[in-house]
Amino acid sequence: MNICVCIKRVPLLGSAIVLTEDQRSIDTSRLGFTVSPHEECAVEAAVQLVEEHGGTITLLCLGPAAAVEQLREQLALGPDRAILLEAADEVEPQATAALMGAAIEADMAATGAPYDLILLGSESADTAGYQTGIRLAHRLGLPAITNVKGLAVADGQVTGERAVGSAREVYRAPLPAVVTTKDGLNVPRYPSVPGRIKARKKAIDIQQVPLPAGVPAGAPAGGMGPRMEKLRLIVPVSEAKGAQDLGTGDQAAARLVEVIRQIGVLA
Amino acid sequence: MILVHIDHDLGTRAPGGVTGVDPLSLQALAAARTLDDAVTAVVAADGDLPPAAAAELRAHGASGIRVAMHPGLADYAPQATARILATLVEEVCPRAVLAAGSARGNEVMAHLAAILDLPLATDCTQITIGPGQSEVTRARWGGNLLEEARVHASILLATTLPHAFPVTPAPAAGEVHTWTPQVPDADLLVRVVERVMPTGAVGVGLSEAKVIVSGGRGVGSAEGFAPLAELAELLGGTVGCSRVVTSAGWRPHSEQVGQTGTKVAPDLYIACGISGATQHLAGCKSAKVVVAINTDRDAPIMQVADYVIVDDLHAVLPAVIEALRQ
Repeated sequence: MNICVCIKRVPLLGSAIVLTEDQRSIDTSRLGFTVSPHEECAVEAAVQLVEEHGGTITLLCLGPAAAVEQLREQLALGPDRAILLEAADEVEPQATAALMGAAIEADMAATGAPYDLILLGSESADTAGYQTGIRLAHRLGLPAITNVKGLAVADGQVTGERAVGSAREVYRAPLPAVVTTKDGLNVPRYPSVPGRIKARKKAIDIQQVPLPAGVPAGAPAGGMGPRMEKLRLIVPVSEAKGAQDLGTGDQAAARLVEVIRQIGVLA
Repeated sequence: MILVHIDHDLGTRAPGGVTGVDPLSLQALAAARTLDDAVTAVVAADGDLPPAAAAELRAHGASGIRVAMHPGLADYAPQATARILATLVEEVCPRAVLAAGSARGNEVMAHLAAILDLPLATDCTQITIGPGQSEVTRARWGGNLLEEARVHASILLATTLPHAFPVTPAPAAGEVHTWTPQVPDADLLVRVVERVMPTGAVGVGLSEAKVIVSGGRGVGSAEGFAPLAELAELLGGTVGCSRVVTSAGWRPHSEQVGQTGTKVAPDLYIACGISGATQHLAGCKSAKVVVAINTDRDAPIMQVADYVIVDDLHAVLPAVIEALRQ
């Protein structure tokens, strides 16, 4: 089966978020980058499905030129090739789904091999819009199963399980389908040294994408069609709690028991 | 008029008990009331709305209740629900459609946004509607960052961040109108076809727990969690952990607290050997009282804690357990 996995380059946040001067982005000059745990699980799921059923895996990423770094890392885990849709600025979900949908259709037409399954994370780590996968499914006319922590393919059908408290909801759809995954679906493997060496030679098709007319990212107001325009980012000020130090050792233990009694949580 | 999508478990819940209306959807109703006096609650189900559920919606400010009855909605069907909302949007031309920022609320609204080809602002903490455009503040990075955005659309589609809009009683007329919508088969393709209940004894779930004893890298090993589990049991609570711990295979993923795990709101959160990366703090910031036990006084968790113990958790926890047993 042919699987497309969509991933996004996001900064590896430390303990405090620092914004750029214009307050429109996170200052990433001192940060590393990664992909969301949801998407790591999507890649692992694809690798496992291909191990079971055979097939190919293509990675698709919309992001800056530097996202080649994340694509190489994920290619080291087993996917065959990657497509990078190069966009310098943050692209809103409507435009992202339109661009990815067009790229997927063009790719399927070029290779003659349609995708059976398109995987994404349930939401991106940074913008967290919870919608790109579903918009992409509508764009491609495919069913969408979202937020899965269980995934299996058999007899031309995909089954997804979603955790609801300690119970699970089961969803089923015919292939081809879009599925969005959640952290906990599996335990992503680590790249092997041979995997990393092979990844260096795998093809990354870098495409410059013009933003679609009518939905430019962060465009000024007026006559551009419906869209969401980012104005600025704010780091929420957490109240300085002025934590009380309970000391150390047995003294700390005794004082913690007092605190527990005060809160009234003792059964 | 504002439409509010009401998530529910009317078709699947056990008889008796609560009304089956999703409590987070009542928060979306509360948000809608701040925007307009005319607030219509929309329920898509396979049968009549039970009187108790209608009463709950009225008590929380629904000036109208529209119930779409369709046999395909015996259990949750996201795209069908969105299609029903889309036909209602065309009929009544609301200023906004709101829903809870839950997994289901965000999912239904994403389908609606795709059908209507409109932007969707998820996890909003503030909403202001103007003619042709609206302004929202919404959560990014699990709430570690906020975004102010202008939504250019004649109809605002938005979901409310859980616990951002407090639920207060606001009695309204809430007359119930029921109709039978047309839903194409393709929209009913994806729905819950089966529910798997947990087998064996089920402890307190993370999201409902009053006490969570949580462990991070500092716990050191799977075996190191024994005193955490013992303390959790003594306090009638449950064990949580950070992502490092699930990645190392020390604890199951179902116990992970954080941006990509479970977001929790216990009365007491005891963080043992957890440094407090932003992704973890996103999951536990709603805890009423945070106690941090860590050998590193400068760990970020110490900045958000109410009480700190700068010591080895393996020295402190056994003493706490012993004192509680006496």
